[in-house]
Amino acid sequence: MSDIAIRVENISKRYRIGLAQSRPDTLRDLLMANIRRVGNLFRRGDNGDSDNLSHIWALKGVSFEVARGQVLGIVGRNGAGKSTLLKILSRVTDPTEGFGEIHGRVGSLLEVGTGFHPELSGRENIYLNGAILGMRREEIDRKFDEIVDFSEVEKFIDTPVKRYSSGMYLRLAFAVAAHLEPEILVVDEVLAVGDAEFQRKCLGKMSDVAQEGRTVLFVSHNMSAIQRLTQETIVLDQGKIVMRAPTTEAVDFYLNMGLTKQGERFWEPEERSDAKSRFVPVALRVLNPAGEVVDTVKAAEGFAIELEYNLKVPISGLRVGLYMMTTRGEYVFTSFDTDEREKFEDFTNRDAGHYISRCFIPPNLMNEGRYVLGVNASVYRIQRFFQDDKALTFTVDATGAPGMQWPEQRLGPVRPKLNWQIELKEK
Amino acid sequence: MESTRPKSNNLPVITLKPSKGWLAVDFKELWRYRELVFFLTWRDIKVRYKQAVLGIGWAILQPLLTVLIFTVIFGILLETPSQDLPYPLFALSALLPWQLFATALQRSSVSLVGNANLITKIYFPRLAIPLSTVFAALVDFGVSLVVLFGVMAYYRYWPTWNTLWLVPIVLLTILTALAVGLWFSALNVQYRDIQHMVPFIIQVWMYASPIVYPIETIPAGIWRVLYGLNPMVGVIQGFRWALLGGSPPDLTMLISVGVVLVLFVSGLYYFRRMEKTFADIV
Repeated sequence: MSDIAIRVENISKRYRIGLAQSRPDTLRDLLMANIRRVGNLFRRGDNGDSDNLSHIWALKGVSFEVARGQVLGIVGRNGAGKSTLLKILSRVTDPTEGFGEIHGRVGSLLEVGTGFHPELSGRENIYLNGAILGMRREEIDRKFDEIVDFSEVEKFIDTPVKRYSSGMYLRLAFAVAAHLEPEILVVDEVLAVGDAEFQRKCLGKMSDVAQEGRTVLFVSHNMSAIQRLTQETIVLDQGKIVMRAPTTEAVDFYLNMGLTKQGERFWEPEERSDAKSRFVPVALRVLNPAGEVVDTVKAAEGFAIELEYNLKVPISGLRVGLYMMTTRGEYVFTSFDTDEREKFEDFTNRDAGHYISRCFIPPNLMNEGRYVLGVNASVYRIQRFFQDDKALTFTVDATGAPGMQWPEQRLGPVRPKLNWQIELKEK
Repeated sequence: MESTRPKSNNLPVITLKPSKGWLAVDFKELWRYRELVFFLTWRDIKVRYKQAVLGIGWAILQPLLTVLIFTVIFGILLETPSQDLPYPLFALSALLPWQLFATALQRSSVSLVGNANLITKIYFPRLAIPLSTVFAALVDFGVSLVVLFGVMAYYRYWPTWNTLWLVPIVLLTILTALAVGLWFSALNVQYRDIQHMVPFIIQVWMYASPIVYPIETIPAGIWRVLYGLNPMVGVIQGFRWALLGGSPPDLTMLISVGVVLVLFVSGLYYFRRMEKTFADIV
């Protein structure tokens, strides 16, 4: 009994659709809804079941146990219920159904810098943020120097954090959070920010925490971070645990979940540039070598990107372009479907019809990470028919990439396999 | 709902389960989070006067300038009776508790929404947020109280034993602000209409309190009793009496206290009931 840190049984969480994201109701809506409800009283056949349509289950019947000192990974696509689960475990929100028991204090790192105030100095924010994260004042006093040291912002400790660079801000925020000492630490995507150097530092701190024998729940989209830090991982999908297994196995299962609906972007009729438009985008997809639409591709295997579109009328001089960017907005490359002379001659004048422009990204080109695809259709210097700078994001996984014998993150968006030669000139 | 009980291995055990019905306030837990309340209060004060040249001086200037306006309009132009007190003193002695109340109410009403980023990320007793805004207003009040004593000295009014009554009266003031603030802040999480209504409510409330005019303006009898349902009537009347003498608090004070208690207890329960949904709907 005493070696269990977390036990949850049949935890479910129901949200009203739109409630979490959109503007809350106004009194007027409430009045209108009440009037409608009163009206419904006189209508037969309305048994109130329609109410269920406006709810979704973010989590449904989730049960698991975590042993004390275990570092457990949680993976799943956006909307799979990861954040909801962490929010329930850290008591930010109540489960709608179910029961759970947590042995020990929970510290949550749901987002670094929560509660930071831009007007306050670094010093003041350390105390404020520490208190918000549940540290006692004397505890902060004791660790103050250590925190400042870790953050590397000593010189600016009495400057308002609004004058900090984003890097300094993140370092300070992570430094405070990293010095929490709860028995159970819940970590959500903290490694998704900052530069590579800083990410490495965070990762190092996380594994220290794990080695100290504390229980850690670690959520990330970064599969290599999950693999480095955890031995066992839970895969969540549509609010349910679909697998719990040793991390390598679980990650593999997650990356290959065939039912993926991501890796694909459709444009709804109203999103297309306009009704009279001559160029009508239909979908943008990321495909693995087997031709399946996927959210995560393996750098070592190469992948394809395709844009499906309709031309309402013939267009001469059309070029369809693809931009790849990092999630921090740096361009990796720009490429057009008629870059090659041969394609330029054959396709620069296109008849009306239904088209797919597909390009292949060679194996061992991209580094691991999350990337953003932008698309554009234009006639050079004449007219732009369509542009979407953030059409789709996808993940590149480094499994099998060159240099994986060293489990570190590589700088830069490309990770090419280069033909190295090593010569022994003298001995 | 959570309960925390010590285990044999000294680790607190937290239970997670759906919360149902009306919950009492967990004062023990609130006490454990007192440092958070302190730091949130401190943040509010600190941030408010950052990058203002006059800084905390505004807490002095605001009541002085308001009294100046009141004195010119109501004292000099309209010749409003002022219980035989110099009009500036008459107005200031009411303005102080009123500003404490208005500031605390206004800030606490929007406090939960203003701290949405905390509420959706971290667990702590949500009461800490409106509480800290009320405490922060108390600091402003403390500063302007010095001004009031200065003005009293100028008009040769000196503190008496009655002045000690200020303590329970100030307590009643913040209790009133908190009582209404709890209702408004919790309602505002779901219905943002509240934050648009609050400035008007405060304005109407001010003219429904004996600040620019004496309580005697309201006809005695049933009207006075109804008037007393406004808890700020008792507060202001008591505050003036404690400092400057004149008509002592009467039955209206008792009505005021009763109204505040009802509002406060119901506000606490409503807040606790809604607390668990804040993170989902804010």
